[in-house]
Amino acid sequence: MARLINNRWAELALVTGLIVLAGLLLPSNYYFRVGALVLISAIAAVGLNLLLGFAGQVSLGHAGFVGIGAYAVALLPTHWGVPTLASIFLGAAFSGVLALAIGRPILRLKGHFLAVATLGLGILVAMVLTNEARITGGPDGMPVPRLELLGTRIRAPEAWYWIAGGTLIISIVFAQNLLNSSTGRALRALHDSEVAARAAGINVARVKGIVFSISAVYASISGSLLALLNGHITPDTASFLNSIELVTMVVLGGMGSLVGSLVGAAVLVILPQALTVFHEYEHLLLGSFIIAIMIFLRDGIVPTLRKALLERKAPEDRV
Amino acid sequence: MSLLNPISLLSVSNIGISFGGIHAVDGVTFETSAGQIFSIIGPNGAGKTTLFNLISGVYRAESGIVMLGGEDVSTLPPEALAARGLARTFQNLQIFFRMSALENVMVGAHVHEKRRALSHLFGLPSTARENRGTRDAAMALLERLHLAGVTNRSAGSLSYGQLKRLEIARALASRPKILLLDEPAAGCNPTETAEIDEIIVEVAKSGVAIVLVEHDMKLVMGVSDRVLVLTQGRMLIEGTPEEVTNAPEVIEAYLGTGLPTMEASHD
Ligand SMILES: Nc1ncnc2c1ncn2[C@@H]1O[C@H](COP(=O)(O)OP(=O)(O)OP(=O)(O)O)[C@@H](O)[C@H]1O
Ligand SMILES: [Mg+2]
Repeated sequence: MARLINNRWAELALVTGLIVLAGLLLPSNYYFRVGALVLISAIAAVGLNLLLGFAGQVSLGHAGFVGIGAYAVALLPTHWGVPTLASIFLGAAFSGVLALAIGRPILRLKGHFLAVATLGLGILVAMVLTNEARITGGPDGMPVPRLELLGTRIRAPEAWYWIAGGTLIISIVFAQNLLNSSTGRALRALHDSEVAARAAGINVARVKGIVFSISAVYASISGSLLALLNGHITPDTASFLNSIELVTMVVLGGMGSLVGSLVGAAVLVILPQALTVFHEYEHLLLGSFIIAIMIFLRDGIVPTLRKALLERKAPEDRV
Repeated sequence: MSLLNPISLLSVSNIGISFGGIHAVDGVTFETSAGQIFSIIGPNGAGKTTLFNLISGVYRAESGIVMLGGEDVSTLPPEALAARGLARTFQNLQIFFRMSALENVMVGAHVHEKRRALSHLFGLPSTARENRGTRDAAMALLERLHLAGVTNRSAGSLSYGQLKRLEIARALASRPKILLLDEPAAGCNPTETAEIDEIIVEVAKSGVAIVLVEHDMKLVMGVSDRVLVLTQGRMLIEGTPEEVTNAPEVIEAYLGTGLPTMEASHD
């Protein structure tokens, strides 16, 4: 049982199973839209988890990269006729390179300073998107040309649900690959002791830059899918609130748990939708719920459940 | 003693650093070569750990030079020194607590692994091969340090004695030329101390230059080729265990009683 819970294939099977099962059960376009939003958010959360949960580096500006990915699929096809698929990759590449360039100086900072610096980065992106109204449409945003595959325009939420699901699974496979390598061990090591990591020959600045860059690529791809799903985009995508929401997904689902990122995304996307029936109490209830989870499931939802399950099953395992 | 000695792997000359006007290490000079066990002893606060931090690049020396295999490495960061074959353990454990015992040791092999983040991300066969090699070597080290039973346990759940040995295993995983051990036997029971003693001698025999900081005089006098006595950041004396034991300044420094537990070293 312990084997199964810690196994990467089990993790992958669980996520795939959940996506397929939900995909078969969802009754209407509305639910597919919510489902697609969950999966798209989970992609960014998985990436942020690599940075925050595994490497222990805070970013309060990751929505900035979501914004870059979102505007890449809006701006490039609209103004320069770049195909949408290529735009997704160009946005991701730009995000990755930008993160690598600014990551070096920023990631030298620790704790609050790192938080504030990344916060500044997110705000900067949102500001540029708002102010360059001539090409971005300013605060009102702009329409996003639909993705065309094999001559058909993809606009059905159901199609986006499956595209996002496939992308999430690939994202998780890449994250698992990384974690199960010397780079992955290095980034987890520096979380616990930078001095021991450096003594072991790990170039901490380099590894932090790499994981920051990878997480930026994840955020950017998530942003592109979000823009394509919605068909319209505003600078709010890159807002500080969205950055905080991403961090909350990671922490709530469980730092250092890839499945946790999907669970965290599901909670933060579905719950507000479910709570709308309570009208003015919606935010109060959502806040209380998050506080309750953090009090009772300190390590996040998935790690706490896993621990409980392992403890219950432990005697059996020893036989 | 010549600092240009071609066989000296590590040579430290006239090194010093101060914190808030206090000279934590002041004008320390020594050198050591492959296969030697060089010990540094001295009372609490003498500057032994600070000296290790200077040598391993955690602190940058305000004066003096550190040479590794003939190269001036005084200004290099720790990771660059690790790449040149320097490994160390920490007096106040620096363990990767969220990783398993095995993974902790695997991290130690980092200097021998390829820096190809992209092939890691894509999980290319070369990565799997590299993982296997690193894992096998780490398993062998866990076995050697009597930690095979806790291979997949989270390091956070290990006992103090086990963590001390885990640090040694992690340092050895880099297959170092020079190994700095800061009180490897502190807090260990006599059986564990004897095991660590044995490993230190074995590692030195394999050609590694060992620099050892240790309070256990029996261990130090038993295994060392040379001993340096540090007090208040300065060198009191450097010589063979016998020379150090009989030196008048040492006897004086220890208030005429000789080195504590000195008796034990002769049995
Ligand atoms: N980063 C630092 N900042 C200020 N003072 C320091 C620092 N590092 C070491 N010191 C001081 O340097 C002196 C030497 O300390 P060090 O830890 O090197 O002693 P030690 O010989 O290793 O002692 P012990 O046997 O207790 O381990 C002490 O007075 C200590 O307070
Ligand atoms: Mg010390």
